[in-house]
Amino acid sequence: MNPIIRAEDLSKAYHLGVAQGSYSTLRESFMATVRAPFRRRRGGQGKDRTVWALKDVSFEVLPGEVLGIIGRNGAGKSTLLKILSRITEPTTGRARIRGRVGSLLEVGTGFHPELTGRENISLNAAVLGMKRSEVALKFDEIVAFAEVERFMDTPVKHYSTGMYMRLAFAVAAFVEPEILLIDEVLAVGDAEFQKKCLGKMGEVSRDGRTILFVTHNMTAVKSLCSRAMWLDGGRIVNAGETEEVVNDYLQNGAPVTLEQEWNDKESAPGDDKVRLHRVSITALGQAADEPITVKTAIELNAAFWNYLPGAFLSFSIVLCNRDGVAIFNTGSGGRSFPEGLVRGSFVIPGDFLNDDIYTIRLLLVQDSGVILLDLHDLVVFEVHDTERQSQWYGKWIGAVRPTFKWEVRVDEPSGEL
Amino acid sequence: MTSGEAIKSRIKAAGARPSLPGREVLVEPSRGWPSLRVRELWEFRELLYFLAWRDVKIRYRQTVLGVAWAILQPLLTTIMFWLLFGRLAGIKSDGIPYPVFAFAALMLWSFFSNAVTASSNSLVGSSNLITKVYFPRMIIPIAAVGAGLIDLIITLPLLVVMSLYYGVVLRWTISIVPVLILLTTLLAVGVGIGLSALNVRYRDVRFALPFVVQLWMFASPIIYPASMLPTRWRWLWRFNPLAGIIENFRAALFGRQFDWVALAVSALITMGVLVYSAFAFRRVEKSFADII
Repeated sequence: MNPIIRAEDLSKAYHLGVAQGSYSTLRESFMATVRAPFRRRRGGQGKDRTVWALKDVSFEVLPGEVLGIIGRNGAGKSTLLKILSRITEPTTGRARIRGRVGSLLEVGTGFHPELTGRENISLNAAVLGMKRSEVALKFDEIVAFAEVERFMDTPVKHYSTGMYMRLAFAVAAFVEPEILLIDEVLAVGDAEFQKKCLGKMGEVSRDGRTILFVTHNMTAVKSLCSRAMWLDGGRIVNAGETEEVVNDYLQNGAPVTLEQEWNDKESAPGDDKVRLHRVSITALGQAADEPITVKTAIELNAAFWNYLPGAFLSFSIVLCNRDGVAIFNTGSGGRSFPEGLVRGSFVIPGDFLNDDIYTIRLLLVQDSGVILLDLHDLVVFEVHDTERQSQWYGKWIGAVRPTFKWEVRVDEPSGEL
Repeated sequence: MTSGEAIKSRIKAAGARPSLPGREVLVEPSRGWPSLRVRELWEFRELLYFLAWRDVKIRYRQTVLGVAWAILQPLLTTIMFWLLFGRLAGIKSDGIPYPVFAFAALMLWSFFSNAVTASSNSLVGSSNLITKVYFPRMIIPIAAVGAGLIDLIITLPLLVVMSLYYGVVLRWTISIVPVLILLTTLLAVGVGIGLSALNVRYRDVRFALPFVVQLWMFASPIIYPASMLPTRWRWLWRFNPLAGIIENFRAALFGRQFDWVALAVSALITMGVLVYSAFAFRRVEKSFADII
């Protein structure tokens, strides 16, 4: 079978320091031209830095395949989709694409809050490349899928977020391109609607259409994709069978530092009062090469050299998530130590942290108030989602994800319902 | 064998094959002189229509007077100019009643200036579309001009009413009006797409534009007739493409002599601006998604 997408050495460079991120002004360009009239503008000012968001990426996708694209933030996944959907040009390389490409890089593109649901369907469909006659044919289906029949003539600014998302996804789902590019849309909506979206995706792929699916959600990748591709630093690290690539990524792909140790008492972080010896985390009850999941209990160990005999000292550990939000701060409680190596540890129970990347900040405190040492990002680890029984693959809401013991019962069954 | 090699060898194994039917798109860096890709623009004409339609729909949402503003804007300006320039300053208007003299020009001018302003800011205002979906970017500034055209068409009947009220007899010469409106539209598109692309990189455009527009208004025969200009400077005045359009617009309405030379110069400059802007736009549009 002929590939429907064939990418050959796709690369994309961004120039930082010139116009990337912030826009330039006429005056700057004008002045630069006056100062150095014969110098080429691009990269002429010395502070230019080229960053390759994508480097020599080659792959093929066969018709009807569902390809999952995984990797860390900044790995180049979204850049790849943007190139394939022709939003941005590759710097070098090329891709041959046979068929209409529809992109779901963000649902609701082109939606205008002042327009009604009905008007937005027409507009959004036109933006996504649907002909008016097609829209007319599918209009009722779209409305039914989104479950917003009663609000078709209400401006969408009055919609709830859920209604808005449902309508937006519905339009996109009915565009029916030969190739569908999806970027993390499953993060939206309630469980019921996600189930519906996944069902729609399955239906789309069964119709023989091709899907490229970018996500951080390994569970969704495993259940939906026939093949997977792992990108890191703009390059393909591994590509092939979903199961193998996902496992490879989970074991080797996370940006982890599970331990740090200093053995030289002169150069270890600290001063003549205290110096850090080591910080580490260990997954309890599983092999060292198994990924840490939301079920895993994690032991944290820390040790420092104390040069203050009799000082009243305590450990303080702050756990932060990927967004830098402090999830908790835990202290060892103070006591006096003799001079020497002091060790401390505690266990974060399983079924407590959510799937995320966490960093450890450590403080050593004297007399419950004087901070002797304060070090960030000593340990970085990722907690992965586990496979779930339910049909819902979305990101679990919340900074933590504890399992509590629920009591559920029925009081006084009246029989009159 | 690493996975990268495996994938490459698969590509080699695939070798040269006859391409299957169906549209094939080649995504690669563009080089050299850009093509205008007019056919692609035509394929996306429905999107053009929908974007213009959206602009029209939204513009008068949550206003009490609604679409009446399309008429009120040039009308109120006319009254102001009439009192200020017609009455107070006593500017001669070639024997045409000043209100209708000014209104005819202001109608065209309001359309042109609004269209150019909206068009210039349209790309920057549509960044969420540009970074999320592919379509010919030129659609956006063109649609902004199209939305303004609706307002102009709404105002036309009022011009007829005013002309009748002031006893102006309309002649067959008004059949040239559609051509003049088309020229104005093309000029607005030309200037609009050029400035909108410039605005993506240099946001100075947004601040400089109001002054340029104001200057352009005074450089055009709107509050004064072209006959007021010294003969020595006539030739220079013709290089303002809007001047020839407005003068001939009045000539068509009020049965005066057409200035064919001015019209020809206007048409030439308009086409020149349009073609230049379109090529310039095509040259820079590939970077829009990265720098907007």
